[in-house]
Parts: sequence; C-alpha cells; structure tokens
Amino acid sequence: MSVTLTIDGTSVTVPEGTLIVNAAKRMGIDVPVFCYHPKMEPVGMCRVCLVEIGRPARDRATREVLLDDSGNPVIQFGPNLELACATPVGEGWQVRVASEKAIQGRNQIVEYLLTSHPLDCPICDKGGECPLQNLTMGHGPGESRFLYDDKIHFAKHVPLGELIYLDRERCIQCARCTRFQDEVVDDPVIGFYERGRRLEIITYSDPGFDSYFSGNTTDICPVGALTTADFRFGARPWELNSAASICPHCPVGCNLTLSTRREARQAGRDVIKRVMPRQNEHVNEIWICDKGRFVHHYAQSPERLTTPLVRVSGTLVKASWEQALTRAAEGLKEGGKHSIGIASGRLTNEDLFNLRVLLGELGGKAILSDAMAGGNLVQRYGVGVGTNLSSLGKGDAALVIASDLHEEAPIWWLRLKQAAERGATLIVANARATRLDDYAQHILRFAPGEAVHTALGLLQVIGGDPELARFEGDRELKTAARAFKRASNATVFFGQEGLNYAGTEALARACALVIEAKGGLGEPNNGLVAVWPRANTQGAWDMGLRPDPGGLNGALEGAKAAYIVASDPAGDGSASLDKLSTLIVQDLFLTATAELADVVLPAQSFVERAGTFTNGERRVQRLYPAVSEPSGSLPDWKIVAEVARRLEVGLEDTAAPLVFERIASEVRDYSELSYDGLAAVEPQWPQVGGADLYFGGTAYANKQGLGVQLAPRRSGRPLKWKAPPRASAAQDLLIVPVTKLYDRGGTLRSSRLLEARIAPLQMTLHPSEIERLGLSEAEEAEIRWDGRVERLKFTPSTDVPPGSALVPRSVGLALLEPTPVTVRRPES
Amino acid sequence: MAEHVILRHRDLEGLDQLEVYLEKGGFGAFESIVKKKSPQQVIDIVKKSGLRGRGGAGFPTGVKWSFLTPDVFPRYVIANADESEPGTFKDREIMERNPFQFLEGVAICAYAAQANVAYIYCRGEFWDLSQELDRKIEQLKERGLLGKKLFGSDYSLEMYTHLGAGAYICGEETALLESLEGKLGQPRLRPPFPAAEGLYGKPTVVNNVETLTNLPPIIDRGAEWYSSIGTEKSTGTKVFSVSGNIERPGNYELPFGTTFRELIFKHAGGIPNGKAIKAILPAGASAPILPATEEVLDTRMDYESVVEVGSSLGSASLIVIDETVNIAWVEYKITDFFEHETCGKCTPCRDGTYWMKNIFERIMGDAAQPHEIDLLHSVGLGIQGKSLCALGEFAALAVTSAVERFRPEFDLHVVDDSSKAA
Repeated sequence: MSVTLTIDGTSVTVPEGTLIVNAAKRMGIDVPVFCYHPKMEPVGMCRVCLVEIGRPARDRATREVLLDDSGNPVIQFGPNLELACATPVGEGWQVRVASEKAIQGRNQIVEYLLTSHPLDCPICDKGGECPLQNLTMGHGPGESRFLYDDKIHFAKHVPLGELIYLDRERCIQCARCTRFQDEVVDDPVIGFYERGRRLEIITYSDPGFDSYFSGNTTDICPVGALTTADFRFGARPWELNSAASICPHCPVGCNLTLSTRREARQAGRDVIKRVMPRQNEHVNEIWICDKGRFVHHYAQSPERLTTPLVRVSGTLVKASWEQALTRAAEGLKEGGKHSIGIASGRLTNEDLFNLRVLLGELGGKAILSDAMAGGNLVQRYGVGVGTNLSSLGKGDAALVIASDLHEEAPIWWLRLKQAAERGATLIVANARATRLDDYAQHILRFAPGEAVHTALGLLQVIGGDPELARFEGDRELKTAARAFKRASNATVFFGQEGLNYAGTEALARACALVIEAKGGLGEPNNGLVAVWPRANTQGAWDMGLRPDPGGLNGALEGAKAAYIVASDPAGDGSASLDKLSTLIVQDLFLTATAELADVVLPAQSFVERAGTFTNGERRVQRLYPAVSEPSGSLPDWKIVAEVARRLEVGLEDTAAPLVFERIASEVRDYSELSYDGLAAVEPQWPQVGGADLYFGGTAYANKQGLGVQLAPRRSGRPLKWKAPPRASAAQDLLIVPVTKLYDRGGTLRSSRLLEARIAPLQMTLHPSEIERLGLSEAEEAEIRWDGRVERLKFTPSTDVPPGSALVPRSVGLALLEPTPVTVRRPES
Repeated sequence: MAEHVILRHRDLEGLDQLEVYLEKGGFGAFESIVKKKSPQQVIDIVKKSGLRGRGGAGFPTGVKWSFLTPDVFPRYVIANADESEPGTFKDREIMERNPFQFLEGVAICAYAAQANVAYIYCRGEFWDLSQELDRKIEQLKERGLLGKKLFGSDYSLEMYTHLGAGAYICGEETALLESLEGKLGQPRLRPPFPAAEGLYGKPTVVNNVETLTNLPPIIDRGAEWYSSIGTEKSTGTKVFSVSGNIERPGNYELPFGTTFRELIFKHAGGIPNGKAIKAILPAGASAPILPATEEVLDTRMDYESVVEVGSSLGSASLIVIDETVNIAWVEYKITDFFEHETCGKCTPCRDGTYWMKNIFERIMGDAAQPHEIDLLHSVGLGIQGKSLCALGEFAALAVTSAVERFRPEFDLHVVDDSSKAA
C-alpha cells in the first residue's frame, strides 16, 4: 500500500507507514533531527523536527472527505506543530516544512538546546562534523538571548569506560546512545540518571560501557558528548584524509574508512587517526565492532619490521632487499618440489594468488594455516547473489552451529539477532550457551565435540536419507529442522568450536547437504556461510589454498624449504620447524616463527596497500592504501613476485590491480570481476555522512565500492555426508579452545586501549566438575596432555557442559583444537 | 452539601474499617456486577453516568475504557495515586479515610477492563499510606473480596501497591507506566495510548483515585442518579482542594457547577484578615492564573466554564492568592517547581523551564532589565505546543498567563537603567 501526500507543495508517493521525515528525505527535503535516527524507533524527544501537518477534513457523521467549492479536499491544519520523525504519512496530507511557523518552531528548539550547550566547538572533536553545529547554522537564531555566563558547568571528560568518554555539558539528552545500546545491540549498559537539566548518561556495567559495539554511539551522537579514547583531541575532522578499507579481523568484511593525517611528530608520515564505519547495507550497514574500530595501532606500531633480515652465523641481521630476496630464492630453489608455502587468511587475494602460483611452479604446494574445512563447499553452496541479512524476517530461517558469533563475528551476530527480532526463525546449535541463544527460537544443545551429530540429525529430517537414522535427534531438534525446512529462505552459519579439522570437514558437508536438501540454492538469502577464523580465509580457498588434513606438521613432513606468510606456527604451537633447511618468514612483526627464520621479509599491513578480501558471504571487496608504507616494507604479493622473478617464475609485480586481472583470467569464479566493478556504488538508505550526518551519523558514505558477491558454482560431484570423526579417547576433561573477540593475537599487542578487556587465561568449567576433580580448594589446576604440563586458573560456570572446559584461544595457551587432558590439583 | 458521594467518611463514622464499610453496603456494587453484569454493561453504565477523569484532563472515563484493544490480554488497571500537583490533597484524604470505597472502585474498573491485576501507584511520600493500603488489601483477600474466582464466578483479581521514587512527572500516565516497569520515569510518545499499549505493552487503564472512588456509588445508585448531579457535561460531585490565603483550607466536595465565589467565600470562609482576593490558581500549578474579577468569581466550576474565562479546572485544587502577595513571586515559585520536576526528556520543557527560572532569578533579584520580562514571556510562548507531554505546556502557561494578566507585578522588580540615569 502506498500513500500520496504533498510536502512543501510537491507531491510524493511513499509506502504506507513511512515517517514524514523519511518521505521528505527521499525527495531531498531535509527536516532537521537530533533524537531520530533511521536505524531506530522514533521517540520524539528533541522536538526539532517540527512541521505543519494539514489533513483532509472529514464529515463527522459520514467520515467522507469534505470538498471545497472547486471540488478539492478541505485541508485542516492543527493549532500545533507536529513531529515529522514520529508521524507516519497519511493520504492526501499537506506537510509544510518550509513554512514560517514551522521554521520559527524549529529555530526555537535549537535556541533552547543551545542554552545548555557550552559552545566549545573550537576544542570539540565533533567540531567540523557536528550535527548540532550544522543545524545551528541552518536553524539557529544567530545570536543568543540566553546569558552566556549563566550556563551550567559540569566536570567534563567523564570516562564511561576505557574506550568512550562523556562530556556532560555537550550532551543534548537525545538518547541515541542509550537507545542504540538497548534496542539495536541489546547491551543496555548505559542509561540516563537524574532528571531535567541534570540528566546525564551513566554506565551500569563493570568494566564501564561493556559492549562490543560501544564505538558506534560516538558516530550517532549528534554532538561531541561521546568521543572515543582513541580519537579524542587527536585531530580536527577537516584535517583528515580518508581512505576506504575493509576490516581485516573477521569474515564479516565490514567496510571501513581510515582517517589519516600527516604529522610532523611522525616525520611527516601519514598517521591513522581513527577507524570509522563506511556504509555497506549488504555487509555492516553503518556499524562496526570495537575491535575493528580500535585495533588498528598494530598497523603503525614502532615494532613493525622495516627492513629485511637474514641469518648470518646464527643471528638475524639487517640486510638489503636484494640480499634477502636472493637468499629466499636460493632456499626455495634448493627446496624445489619439497618447498612449502604456508599462509593465513589475513592476506589479500592478490598475495595468496601469487604465493600459490609460485609454489605451484616450483612443484611444491601452498597451504592454508587456518585449520577449518569447507571453503570448497562454500564455493558451491554459498549464499546467492543479493544476499542481505537485513532483509531476513518472518518466514526466513538461519541456523548457527558450532560458533559463538558474538565473539567471532559481532556484526553477523547483530544482524541475525535483528533478523530474529523481525520474525526470522533462528536456530542456534552449540555445546554451550552463547549470546545468540537469547534471540533463538530453537536452541539445540549437543555434547562437546558432537556438532556433526546434530547437523546430521537435522539433515535426517530435512533430507530424509534413511542411512541417517542413527543420528535421529530429539523433539526440539526435529521441530527446529521442520521449521528450517518450511522457511522461505534459509542460511547456515557453521563454525569450528569444539571440532578438529576432520570435524569441521564433516560439519561443512552436513551443513552443505542441509542447504541442498532444503532447496533454494543460488537464491539470495539461501546458502552456506563459514564463520572463518580470518577475514579472507574464503579468499584463500578461492585462490587455491587449503589446509592440509594432516595439519601443518603433516604438511611439513619431508619439506626442505618453507615460505611462511602471515602465520606464526611457532608462536601458536601448530608446527615444529626445526627440520627445515630454509625457513623464509614474511610478516609485519618479528614473530616467534620469524625469530627462527633464515630470511625475514617485512610486509605491509592492510592500511598501506591495495588489495581485495572475499568475505564469508563471498563478497569480494577492495581495500585501498591509506598511508605511505614505513620505508622498507612491501606488499606481500610484490615480495612473492620478486622472489619468483629470481626463480624465473613470471608473476605480476607492478600493481595490485594487475595481479587481480591475472586472478580474473585464471580463477573461474572471479572471471567477471575487475577493480572497477568492485568500486561500483549505488545509492543506499539511510543517507549518512556529509550533509546527512545529522540524519544517519558520521559513518562514511560509500563512494569506493560495495564489492561484488560471487554466485555459487552450479556444478560439482554429488556430495555425500561423512560420519563424525571418532571422539578422542576419554580423559578427565575435554579442553575446548573458544574464540574471544579480544585475545592476545598479533593485532592486539599494540592496542593498549583494549588491554583490560582481553580475555584472561583461565579455564571455565561446570562447578560439578570442579568438585569431581577435587579442585574446589585449589587456585589453579594442573592439566596434562601429550607430555605437556600446564597450570591454569579456573572459574565455574553452569553454561559449560560437564565433561568439558573452555579456554580462550590465543591468550597464552598454545592449544588449537579440542584436546582431552588429565586434570589434577597441583601439589604446592 | 447535604450528602457526600466521595468523602462519605465525613458522614459515616469508622468507614475506614472494613466491617463498617461492609455494613453500609460496601462491595455490594462489585459483587453485583461480577455476578450479574458483563464488563461491557459496566462500561455502558459508566459512559451513561457522564463520569469524567478527575486527574485533570476530564476525559470521559467510560470512553477511555472502551478504547482498550479488543481481545488482547492480559490487561492491567492502574490507580494513579501519585497525587503531586501543588495544592492537591484530595486523593490522600480519600485513601486514608475512605479507603474501601476507593479499592472497590479499583475492583469495578478492573472487572470492566477484564484485568486480573490492578496496581495502585502511590507517590513515594505515601509510604505509610501504602502500607495501610497493603493491610486493607490483605483484609479484602481474607474476606474473599479479592483473589481467585470471586463470588463463585470465573473472575479473579489481585491488587498491589507500588511506590514511586519522588517524581511529579510520574503522575503523567505514561511516565507512571515507565516507572512501574522499573524504568526512568519519563513520558512515552503517544500514540500508542495506554489503552492500546500500556503496562508491559498490554492494554491498560490508568485512572485517578477520585475517579475510581466514584464507581461504587454509580453502580449502586445508577447512571441517571449520578448524571443528575452537577452540570450537563460535568456530572457528579468534585472534591475541591482549597489552599493559600483562605480562612478554612481543606477539601470540599461539591457538585460541579458551584461557583468560585460560593466555594471560597461560603464554604471555605473567605480571605483571612480582611484582605481582598487578588487571584486564583484553579488547578494548582498546572493552569493559567486567573485574576479574581467579579466575572471569574461568578464562574461555575466545571470543565467547560473555567476554560471560557481563560484557564482550566484540572484537578480542581484552588490556590487562593490575596492582595498582599506578589504574582511574580508566585510564578517564580511555580517555575522553580517545574524546573525541578521536568523529566528532561524533551528539549522545550527541559531547557525552557531552566531558562525561565534563570530569568525569574534575575527578576526576583532585582537584576533584570525591562525587556527581560518580554523575554520571559517569549520563552514561555516558545514552549507552548512543542513539549512531549502536558508538563511543559503547564509550565509555560503559568508564566505567559501571569505576564499577560499581571504585568505590573513583574514591572515592580525590574530596574530601568535609562530612568535611573535620568
């Protein structure tokens, strides 16, 4: 149903239920707003969006529209101005935005707001991109009738936590921040305290403002009341240059804008001043998580490698590129077909492609260090072109299995939560409770490590293979499976929690078959999504790399030379490297692996280089260089090509777009893609940034590309399900490594801001297990496996199923997959 | 007045004792409707009686009930006992002295609304009173007048008191709902109205204590009897709270349509110490101030007539002001009250009341220039028609009406620098 009305004399037809403010916005008429935000429900608090509304007069008895002498409806305007933000359009209405009465009303509201505002724009971070500043220019009275000296003053700079600061004088009490935390991300950890002019935002949580999404409140804050600890007093907005980028931390692929400034203190170098969301309504809308926003300091850390190193007489010494590249080439030549390349999904497609081709030409192999299977299945069963999680709603279904999305991919968590709130059927299957459970219609619990059983149980109902009878699930599982089968659109997000590589392989297969049996393959909002450990793991599979089923140690069996890029197997304990004759390591930092290397090659971080990432939904997106590289480092694809040249292997070595052209010519799925195509944009709603920042916030408008989603391949051999791998021999406990958003991985080491939020190294287990294992009086537990002995702190939680214990990944315990251990109370 | 409808305890000794109340026919109305009438029939009786909400707005009570979204349950009934309007003290007397008639009214309303739970939202300062109400509710449960399957029917009703935390704004029904839900007491945007989405998003009736206390006599004695009292559009009696410069301050229950003159001079004994009356605040702080002209004094106190002379009856809490009192000082006190009580949710009320108070402080401190009285008036006008709930509107009306009607009283306080120089 659509509704036709006139706004300032121009007729417009919009869907029923459209708010006047949005109808006007779509026709280019700006009604100012402070409290309204197009991603949230209207509250009508700030009162600045006042307009005159005229409605067709109706006969009281018949309800017929009254007509004047010339046959036009009689329009009645009420005595009071009304809210454009909270009033849905009506048929035949006449709305006046630009009338004298409406303008006067809005000017009055701005005047009232300014009586409580300190007007400290010259020292305010928001100055220059401030909705209040801009709307004051457009709607303010020009001079103050309020006595400036009578303004109330509060102590400024109130920390709501380590990340977000509050300036109470600047706050205009619009509640955008508290409503975002409450309505959008369901972390209601901030709220109003007191009343009247004394209203102020406080935090209820410990640590303060405890939410993975807190930074977004500073984007939608229409004044400088909320600022990030990262950017406050860092720069003026007009001094900043911006470059488009893609977040390198998880498979969501949030679009970013990196704001930079050249700084004398940094010898004239460009410095990343802040990381901001860039609108992509298909991917991250206008939000990013705090990891994406605050964990960028590693990219410009003084600890970055700036020069190649080679090992001379047992020690690593600085070397020229020529020396280092020659040494690397010699090592690989000597290794020949016994050469191995190891890389992670932290790299761009361009890097991974060059590495795979080089190793292939040598007769060796390039493998992926991210030990999770299924990239080949995502290529076939991935979500269809046009998939947009924010279009999921009533009648649609999503299954999330063996993953804790809130920790692993926060924006997917948010978008699936919102899909569930719009009525989509959300099924969450895991061995333990996760934060997505709160919104799930069906929660499926399985024993630790038995995700595949559950997936096959679902497949039994959806696919009906009689051989699957032994995986028959309980009533809840069957109800969930039937709901999934009935859905108009259905997606499966599978992760790796509680599974080893073989487990993920069986899970990926089962999930792909669930998708196949459900039908709708290739359609938007239908298909398989892998919750990869890294941003471009899917791209790595697409470029022809995959993990070795035998693990890195298996792959390294018999290898003579290893070329390890953006991976730290020595640091995370996934491989022993001592039998190699040549070890080449290419990375940002001198990692534990690099310390063992014969040649260390300094690579560029994501802020310095061009490239592409392929996200979990197989959307290929471009990142652009934001800053000049620290002298000495080179992009990975370039270094690989330079090594290749010395081995007479022809690789593109001049520019990332040319590498991508070669990818397009050799990788079938990418054949239609080009850098130009990836940079294409189209209008998005809501409007953000620029002149619209009062409306949508300071998220950047997307002018550099929405990316291109790849269609799933239509062909392939028939897929057969795999039985779950046999469980490891029972011990006291199964220790399950779980992903936490903030860990001690290489990217967080330089972000002091988040130090306090990094997950502590401790194991979490059921209180009954603590009792059973006789740990109740102890402070630590001693665990043993594979000849290793570790002491760990522990904490009870009834969310952890008995028989298992959770330990965060990458916080100090080198444990990559679920591992049975013996546990005992340490002897003091 | 010969007979009280609301303040019946003044005629009947010991009416706050359940035994006495029952002896006088108490809870007969409730029992009879539960046994014999459908909820719709009760709504029709109340509509026909012409009963209007006594909280201030004067909205027809039966009509309000009929807006409940059909077929959505559970529903809630809330007695608004957040009596906070300056000069209003009628609900307190009702609940203290005639509590069972009030509670029976709540029960009748709950039955009509098909609610099985009713809350009595008391202002925080009514702590002892709410304790007493809890005991009374206990007594009703013991007697089988509240609880499950009442009078052998399928109808069940539980009642609970809830204390506010000391906020005037929580008398506004949607702010009350927020507070009752455990949230910060700020009004909600309307629509939806509470009848559609009220407490916990469910259809809810919120009625004032006095409104509810009218229900047992209406059921007992019929709509026609009730509508024969008062005026055509404002039926029944009203408890007028009278305070200020008055010989006998207190509550007076009189039919709607009684004149200001009769109430002030006949019932309340006139102005003490032989002083002349200067002005009347007819609804506490929440209505324009009226100069006590002959025309005003002869105005009948009903919802329509008071509007005609430029104010409103509101909760009918008259504050009488004599010739010794400076009106600018009165309005300063009122503005100070609103500035303290504004919830801060909407801009014009939050910042406008603050600004008005700021100007008043300059005026009362004899530091203001003449143009600042116009500024005060202009700030008040700017608030009007823009605030989220009625509080901002009232705060502004108090000031603008006073400046318009009593300008010389403000002029007394300002210093005209130009004249000084001369």
